[in-house]
Amino acid sequence: MNAQLQPTGSAYFITKETEAAQTHTLAVLVDNEPGVLARVIGLFSGRGYNIDSLTVSETEHERHLSRITIVTRGTGHVLEQIKHQLERIVPVHRVVDLSVVADERGHDRPMERELALVKVRGQGDDRVEALRLADAFRAQVIDANTEHFIFEITGRVSKIEQFIAIMKPLGLVEVCRTGVAAMNRGPEGM
Amino acid sequence: MNKAVSEPAADTSAHNEMTGAEIVVQALKDNGVENIFGYPGGAVLPIYDELFQQEEVRHILVRHEQGAGHAAEGYARATGKAGVMLVTSGPGATNAVTPLQDALMDSIPLVCISGQVPTALIGSDAFQECDTVGITRPCTKHNWLVKDVNQLAAIIHEAFHVATTGRPGPVVVDIPKDIQFAKGTYTPPQTAPRTSYQPQEQGDINQIKAAIELMAHAKKPVIYSGGGVINAGPEASHLLRELVDLTGFPITSTLMGLGAYPASGANWLGMLGMHGTYEANMAMHDCDVMLCVGARFDDRITGRLDAFSPNSRKIHIDIDPSSINKNVRVDVPIIGDAGRILEDLVRLWRATAKPNKAALKPWWTQIDIWRARDSLAYRPNEDVIMPQYAIQRLYELTRDRDVYVTTEVGQHQMWAAQHFGFEAPNHWMTSGGLGTMGYGLPAALGVQIAHPDALVIDIAGDASVQMTIQEMSAAVQHNAPIKIFILNNQYMGMVRQWQQLLHGNRLSHSYTEAMPDFVKLAEAYGCHGIMCDKPAALDDAIREMISVDKPVIFDCRVAALANCFPMIPSGKAHNEMLLPDEASDEAVANAIDEEGRQLV
Ligand SMILES: Cc1ncc(C[n+]2csc(CCOP(=O)(O)OP(=O)(O)O)c2C)c(N)n1
Ligand SMILES: [Mg+2]
Repeated sequence: MNAQLQPTGSAYFITKETEAAQTHTLAVLVDNEPGVLARVIGLFSGRGYNIDSLTVSETEHERHLSRITIVTRGTGHVLEQIKHQLERIVPVHRVVDLSVVADERGHDRPMERELALVKVRGQGDDRVEALRLADAFRAQVIDANTEHFIFEITGRVSKIEQFIAIMKPLGLVEVCRTGVAAMNRGPEGM
Repeated sequence: MNKAVSEPAADTSAHNEMTGAEIVVQALKDNGVENIFGYPGGAVLPIYDELFQQEEVRHILVRHEQGAGHAAEGYARATGKAGVMLVTSGPGATNAVTPLQDALMDSIPLVCISGQVPTALIGSDAFQECDTVGITRPCTKHNWLVKDVNQLAAIIHEAFHVATTGRPGPVVVDIPKDIQFAKGTYTPPQTAPRTSYQPQEQGDINQIKAAIELMAHAKKPVIYSGGGVINAGPEASHLLRELVDLTGFPITSTLMGLGAYPASGANWLGMLGMHGTYEANMAMHDCDVMLCVGARFDDRITGRLDAFSPNSRKIHIDIDPSSINKNVRVDVPIIGDAGRILEDLVRLWRATAKPNKAALKPWWTQIDIWRARDSLAYRPNEDVIMPQYAIQRLYELTRDRDVYVTTEVGQHQMWAAQHFGFEAPNHWMTSGGLGTMGYGLPAALGVQIAHPDALVIDIAGDASVQMTIQEMSAAVQHNAPIKIFILNNQYMGMVRQWQQLLHGNRLSHSYTEAMPDFVKLAEAYGCHGIMCDKPAALDDAIREMISVDKPVIFDCRVAALANCFPMIPSGKAHNEMLLPDEASDEAVANAIDEEGRQLV
């Protein structure tokens, strides 16, 4: 174990992780039944794991299967634990660490996309500038009147973060993001 | 785990039309249930009404739902079958939480059936409503809220399957009252489990071969076994003994694994860990190959992690993949049922390994030197009963009988583990992972229900026993002649020991004032009470306890200030144990260094 001892003088032996944390994206295939999302989320909060992003939707209606995509952070050891702990949940069919698979296939990372709705309110030059930038980011206007726009933007997380940051001084009012959807490149399935 | 499922009856479908409450009772029967432990209330009255009208399933009425849970746990551990508890909604369910978590930590198959308010009232803060599946989600292996009476039977069958297979654990089936009244179709147990739940039982043969390779070349091997071997059934213990005989390896075990290898066996090192023997911990520290079977490198076992068995290659057999590499990195992980893998190990060892027991000679010589240190020694006393002496006498005077031992939590628990010799699996029930005071008395009730003619003893502490003492009333009602052997030191001894080690001997609230008169308490419950405070009178008093055919509370007054040694103090490694003869007041006060204390 790459851990260092911290004598606490308590009944416990607390060890400190010295390994750096990495961000990984997991795909979790589950039976779409009541409580399954609570089980997954409860596992993360109960065991002190991070959730950076989580998305879920039924993906196979006939088999009642849902796919949960979780972006999480941890050391290699913690990431391995997260995968095994998820696999213990009875309605979980499969857990795939997409980042590991990407790595094995020689890719930098899995394909990851997020969708955001971004409401911007303003007049005059700010309004013109917002529309111009939205165009540059290939964001769609899905609602507008003389005072506001709602933009729909899809892309990598970094692109969305950037777009939101740029809109801030131009009258950003509201943001809604879906969280990350992800899969690996290439012809093979999960 | 073996699971008793009777053949599905070839009933007509008309016959399969039942109320939810009837379905519950039928499903229990079809899953081989003979005894359940429970407590009634509004939301389970239909099920109680069904229980009343049949004789196959016996209901043991407890006095508190926590007692039902621990009794079911004791029953499960003594029989290898699932333990079953039945509770009402709201407070009935919340009282079940402690045993559920206890069973989760110790991998005990426990099926809890709870009543719930009617479906239409769920979410309305109805009388005695609580979010049972929400509350119990983190303390069960799985749980279900039943929404359709036609699924009730399948859910109960699945609950038994999940509880008893793979790594065993607790499950909850929460049944709203309207579902208990509603009519639906009963479906018998089926063998097709759900596709998402398929525990791996067979070990990877290449990994097993790699293990054999390591073991065959070991000069200083040790086997470290745990509760997983007990859970894998008596055959697994048998195979473990065979493996020890074949290899000549020394063997130690966790608290949960006691009895898998007999304490009288030649290769037995005693228990390991925080209060384990010197020879067990030293062997763990110095070994070159460690074979861990059905144990999980818990923090009470490893001591200081970065100094844990620094020079060994480690083989880890576990049915739960999440146990592998959780606390300690291992070299050869083998996932599967301990019994199946031991079978492969024994077979392959016989076929391929060239036994060279002579090569282990220097290792055994070293072990004998450690053994000679006599780490469980204590100073006998003619006037006061030493707690260790009490356990030894209890052991000597009961060893020719079929004896089952449960414990509470504290010093007495560790002394029981150290000084009572366990010869067979499923005869030792203690709360290991959760450390639940109040476990032992109801657990003893559960064991006695499973084995009415056996001698069942709860080795108790004066503080712990008061947490579930009310179950004496249940023991009397159900003619369960359990023996509650209290090592009465007037203290929460284990708490006091830590206060001496860590908190400058300031004994904050660890002295039990206003101790009840346990003999009168026994009489009040209709039991037999015994008090003994003289070493010379102890044997006769124990004989009296054994011969009385009733529940007994034995108030054994022991040395108040004795502490439990040997001990690995916090922040220390296996080879830095505090031994009893070194444990002067000063050594105890300084066992944990200044830096450690400041960080508390
Ligand atoms: C339910 C619960 N509460 C608190 C504790 C903490 N605790 C551990 S041992 C102990 C003292 C036990 O005293 P006693 O039963 O008299 O046993 P002794 O150590 O004296 O043998 C306490 C309070 C616990 N383990 N369980
Ligand atoms: Mg005590």
